[in-house]
Amino acid sequence: MAEILVLAEHDGESVKKVTLELLTAARQFGDPAVVWTGPGVEAARSRLAEFGAAKVYAAESADYDEYVAAPKAELLAELVHRVSPAAVLIPGAAEGREVGGRLAVKIGSGILTDVVGLGDDLVADQVNFGGAINVTSRVRSGVPIIAVRPNAIAAEPAAAPGAAVIEPVAAEISEAARAARITGRVVQERGERPELTEASIVVSGGRGVGSGENMALIERLADSLGAAVGASRAVTDAGWYPHQFQVGQTGKTVSPQLYVAVGISGAIQHRAGMQTSKTIMVVNKDPEAPIFELADFGVVGDLFKVVPQLVEEIEKRTS
Amino acid sequence: MNIVVCIKQVPDTWSERTLKASDNTLDRDAADAVINETDEFAVEEGLRLAEAHGGEVTIFSMGPERATEAIRKALSMGADKAVHLVDDGLAGTDALGTSAAIAAVLAQIGFDLVILGAESTDARTGVLAAMLAERLGVPQLTLASKVQIDGSAITIHRLMDYGYDTVEATLPAVLSVVEKINEPRYPSFKGIMAAKKKPVQTLTLADIGVDPGAVGLAGAATEVQTWAKRPPKQAGTIVTDDGDGGAKAAEFLAERKFI
Repeated sequence: MAEILVLAEHDGESVKKVTLELLTAARQFGDPAVVWTGPGVEAARSRLAEFGAAKVYAAESADYDEYVAAPKAELLAELVHRVSPAAVLIPGAAEGREVGGRLAVKIGSGILTDVVGLGDDLVADQVNFGGAINVTSRVRSGVPIIAVRPNAIAAEPAAAPGAAVIEPVAAEISEAARAARITGRVVQERGERPELTEASIVVSGGRGVGSGENMALIERLADSLGAAVGASRAVTDAGWYPHQFQVGQTGKTVSPQLYVAVGISGAIQHRAGMQTSKTIMVVNKDPEAPIFELADFGVVGDLFKVVPQLVEEIEKRTS
Repeated sequence: MNIVVCIKQVPDTWSERTLKASDNTLDRDAADAVINETDEFAVEEGLRLAEAHGGEVTIFSMGPERATEAIRKALSMGADKAVHLVDDGLAGTDALGTSAAIAAVLAQIGFDLVILGAESTDARTGVLAAMLAERLGVPQLTLASKVQIDGSAITIHRLMDYGYDTVEATLPAVLSVVEKINEPRYPSFKGIMAAKKKPVQTLTLADIGVDPGAVGLAGAATEVQTWAKRPPKQAGTIVTDDGDGGAKAAEFLAERKFI
């Protein structure tokens, strides 16, 4: 069987969930071969095996984290030439897409982004225009490069673990790929909360929350559910919450198991970022708010009364 | 400094957007056309950098005839001139072909800095800036929430999920900006009047030497096979809070096994 290259996303210690989702998808099309950049591959190996990795190409140079996108694209291009994979699967967050874009140019292949499912012959499911249209697409020239949206495909361990044979790759990073150097990193605290695009539950606050201080209420509800915190554009525009937590057309796209929208009216802009969520719960005082059209369960009421009671009930039930 | 800002005309995200039944490409007539929102931040950043460091701002757009509306809008914000790549052969071009055509134009007109919005609100692929950097062999400075230029040195804050990275490079470069990097100015009346007289050069595929077979729907490396409007969601349970709304919500979460 042909190999399916899977670009791993990891933090140097543990594998990100999206990597396991990609492995799950890859297994149905060939032998999953993980492409690992930077340190940490030994520690991650058993996890990769559990999800069916037959092989792990490890390019352990720390330089992969020192430059923007280009070195990873170079490595993938070299591996594509060497092993002629049936496809290259890539984590669909920002950097993954950029790596995929550069790879597409290098090997002259088509790239599909924001893929939410993969069917026979690598036909990809995508949702366009913020979830208004479901599309099936395919790559018709070159080795298909497929960037998969995090959290869209459920990660499942393989029936039989893969061998996960580590094959060191001594790839040379070219001068050209070292053009944009990362010289500093500022990690903003999000506490113990899961990452927004990976979280199985997301609790978002909107204009109705009223102030930055009141976002603490959203955080309390999120923490009671072990959820990530999101925000509508009105909230990030007003400076009540940092921009990178914005869910919507011009922010993050999330598709968690549960999305709780609090004080969010549900403009198209916001719906574009969350309407593929599996279950949606809404708290809003305006019964006419369009967000209720998406709700599996909605409470029309004052969020400052409903949310504290909800937190209390959750804590009662989970303690 | 020679700054080129790439803009795209897109269907307004506030209107209903759809595809065409005939060839599965964007139905540009179904929705109001506007300048891609994130691109306004790119134009603004170009103008600010030119104001601070001297130089000229050229607006570039690839798109049908109608894209001149978006070009004029960008010119009315204060850009100096524009280049419009317009050719019937471009209809249906995918990201790979688009990057080939735009890279050919940029190589021809020259640049110190190319600025794009991080992604368009229609296709949302978010790959164009990276593809252009790859094709042009210049540094990729993408997802910038802050830009600083000192001579030929350029430094950005690259917005990431965890916060941001500081990234350094040397011009010429390709830069993409995120929302919030600035506050785009509104065109003044004077700006709108002046924009009508600013030069807009039109180019065709033949002018830039791009093989028509590499672009357009037929040349696309990807294709949409089928599409359908998302079925409307089944109506959920809506309750009005009578003092027990939070408790009822918790009950729902328990039923669905979230707690």
